[in-house]
Amino acid sequence: MDLQATLNSLREGNVSLSQIIVSLWEAIERREEELRAFISLADPDQLVRDGEELAGLPLAGLPIAIKDNLITRDFPTTCGSKILSGFRPPFDATCVARLRAAGAQVQGKTNLDEFAMGSSTEHSAFGPTRNPHDPERVPGGSSGGSAAAVAAEEALAALGTDTGGSVRQPAALCGVVGLRPTYGRVSRWGLVAFASSLDTVGVLARSVRDAALLLSLIAGPDPRDATCLPLPPENYLESLGEGALDGLRIGVPKEYVPAELSPAARALVDRWCALAREQGAEVVEISLPLTEYALPTYYLIASAEASANLARYDGVRYGLRLPGEQVAQMMAATRTAGFGREVKRRIALGTFALSAGYYDQYYGKAQRVRTLIAREFQAAFREVDLIMGPTSPTPAFRLGEKEDPIAMYLSDVFTLPSALAGLPAISIPGGEVEGLPFGLQLIAPRLAEGKLLGAAYALEQVLG
Amino acid sequence: MRGLETVIGLEIHVQLATATKLFCGCRADYFAAPPNTLTCPVCLGMPGALPVLNRKAVEYALRVALALGAQVKRRSHFDRKNYFYPDLPKGYQITQRQVPLAVGGELRFWVEGEERRVRIRELHLEEDAGKLVHTPAGALVDMNRCGVPLVEIVTEPDLRTPGEAKEFLRALRTLLRHLGVSGADMEKGELRCDANLSLARDGEWGVKSEIKNLNSFRGVERALAAAAAWQRERLERGEEIRLATFGWDEGRERLLLQRAKEEAHDYRYFPEPDLVPLEVSEELLEKVRAGLPELPWARRERFVREYRLSSREVEVLLGEPELADYFERVAAAVGEGREAANWILTEVLRFWQGSPPLPAEELALLIQKVRKKEISRTTAKELLEEAIGGKESLERLLAGRAVRQLTDEAELEKLAREAMSQHPQAVADFQAGKTQALGFLVGQVMRKTKGRADASKLAQIFQRLLAS
Repeated sequence: MDLQATLNSLREGNVSLSQIIVSLWEAIERREEELRAFISLADPDQLVRDGEELAGLPLAGLPIAIKDNLITRDFPTTCGSKILSGFRPPFDATCVARLRAAGAQVQGKTNLDEFAMGSSTEHSAFGPTRNPHDPERVPGGSSGGSAAAVAAEEALAALGTDTGGSVRQPAALCGVVGLRPTYGRVSRWGLVAFASSLDTVGVLARSVRDAALLLSLIAGPDPRDATCLPLPPENYLESLGEGALDGLRIGVPKEYVPAELSPAARALVDRWCALAREQGAEVVEISLPLTEYALPTYYLIASAEASANLARYDGVRYGLRLPGEQVAQMMAATRTAGFGREVKRRIALGTFALSAGYYDQYYGKAQRVRTLIAREFQAAFREVDLIMGPTSPTPAFRLGEKEDPIAMYLSDVFTLPSALAGLPAISIPGGEVEGLPFGLQLIAPRLAEGKLLGAAYALEQVLG
Repeated sequence: MRGLETVIGLEIHVQLATATKLFCGCRADYFAAPPNTLTCPVCLGMPGALPVLNRKAVEYALRVALALGAQVKRRSHFDRKNYFYPDLPKGYQITQRQVPLAVGGELRFWVEGEERRVRIRELHLEEDAGKLVHTPAGALVDMNRCGVPLVEIVTEPDLRTPGEAKEFLRALRTLLRHLGVSGADMEKGELRCDANLSLARDGEWGVKSEIKNLNSFRGVERALAAAAAWQRERLERGEEIRLATFGWDEGRERLLLQRAKEEAHDYRYFPEPDLVPLEVSEELLEKVRAGLPELPWARRERFVREYRLSSREVEVLLGEPELADYFERVAAAVGEGREAANWILTEVLRFWQGSPPLPAEELALLIQKVRKKEISRTTAKELLEEAIGGKESLERLLAGRAVRQLTDEAELEKLAREAMSQHPQAVADFQAGKTQALGFLVGQVMRKTKGRADASKLAQIFQRLLAS
């Protein structure tokens, strides 16, 4: 049962808020010890009590899980890092405030790779989250906690953040829906920055319509984020209908179906194409030759921005502070102890990419390639309405399997290019490979969330 | 050593007097505010907080740019300047590096009556940092100043003497005050200056010495003179000059070596992704241009032309726009400026504390009464002081005193003769050649008449009587 079915039952009096919350907590009791999707959790009795007053609002007091790099005034916000220990934010992220205004309650804060840097949720100071489909495997990341909570039915829906694929890839690996909106569609106020020019707030849900509903509630202009687009809110539920694929041209980039893809995965892609054609879409092969450059481009830009964004964690004002003779020693000791290995790796990479003498060769060049990648998508969208392919090359891998950072980064090769171009994209469950969920990704032109969700909904219906 | 020319360029930071900070809604006027009371998640650099550009600060910076005749970039952007320091909460300062708000332009000013022009290299917006407060218990940090808007103005190396650099800064202060964009008070840190100096030989530039954080006009002049002497000494001894950055000990008037340039920072500038590029529309430029006041150099020329004031007088009057405005109101009411300037500069200025100590109409009335010889200059000065110090209006003071001036020849002669008979010694002194005795005699009559006597006429009468 998805969020909207739950809401309908609640409104029709078939179920009470208390029963809904009890059933969520039953799942939590059953699975959370193993999965560790949450870093912190609300008190369910309190949720039931506070929820009564919210009955008249669109989300009627239902709890939503929030990734722990989104600022919440009533929960600590850790970003999965030791460096923020003890930090209690004084405000709510805009997306959280909007959900609350619509009658949602914060169910808890979900686990993530430290500062959203990772693709497996193994790099959290609070330990790894496990995949509900196979606890020996990772849930993907960095929004692995949100994806696992929704997949294990511990949460009705969750907010995540997607910088290079951090909503879509874990959604694919956990078999749920993961939506990344157009950059600027949802305010970043209260999203703890990893890479400011790439960070987006996204949704992890049990159905496309839930993703459409939640996006409708959190999107819209915000004077506190200069990069948030001044566009009026839309109701994306209106875009959903059975016939949305009829007459669409869908491009499948050959670079997204490489030779290394497993036969089972290739077979799934063929099935998607066949289903889309049955629904009246024209499916064509296209080429996005710059795809292979997305990974180095992304890691240079994201790491460069991260090296500055994470400079504020210096022990002076909040969070962890280690002693030091002089202030510089205090800062160095604090950052050395407070950050995990992957975060340090990226800070070092980003610092290097921006340093005098290397800027043009690395960061500058990456920016130019980013522009080319965005143009390549623009050109492709003159030929096709949507782009389709796998969300990630493989289903969930085992914990500890990808020790080599590059191997880990390759898990995001299909989500990075659209992130660099700021495009909206969605991952929906596309079937199984080796008995594990495998995600279908759709990518749309900028601001075409309506078209994206409509097509995803139509495919969701026929994929069953 | 001969043939060495001093070459000076300045980097000036000007705090803009906007109501709120550059990227958040916190009050920008932090002067005297208790520590850490004017802060919010944005200026404290808390996780999840984002900057939003203050449009007013852009307008203020544009005023300065247009007044200097700089070329405004229709599209500029902000960059991050990365370094760790406890007073810098984000670990980077938001500034403009790659494409500044404006480039070019010049400042016109006068040194001892001679016009100088110094070219401006660029002008950009940036945020101020916080402040460290050192206490016996350790260093504390006050974030009130974090995010206060600054305009940084960088000159070309067009200045040639430390004194000229000081006058340039004075002129810049005058301009900023005329534009109403900054208090430009160096003591309050509203105007701060870094200076670069090198010695050029035969047009070939030498190695730079940089002096940071100069906080007074005197400091600028003294520090530059010290840096020039330091370089000269080394050159005379045949030593090489190395790039260096100095601080300035204001109290002991000494340069402090801060770092050799080899240890220079790499600030790793890159475009600030949290802000969109700064677009300046034609409409905005027009609006700012239309709102510019008469600029100090135009006003200066007009003052000299219309009121026949000296260069020095004009400089004092223009030093504070309010003072210049006051002068113009008094001059208009009196009907001419020469007398008005005399009165303001010699009598009113010492009571001036940012605003007129006496309404312009009252000062004008007094000046007119003196001109019509209704009261003497001495009486007028006394009344002026009473009016400024006391609670009574000038008109009441005038009415309260029998103030008609004694101008009647016969009466003045009678008083003069009286004084001569009472002070025969003074008469004898004068006749023996001690001309100061005349002043003594005039003073006696003035005292007796409580200043009402027409002093110049009285002096003439004395001279005639004493000569006979």
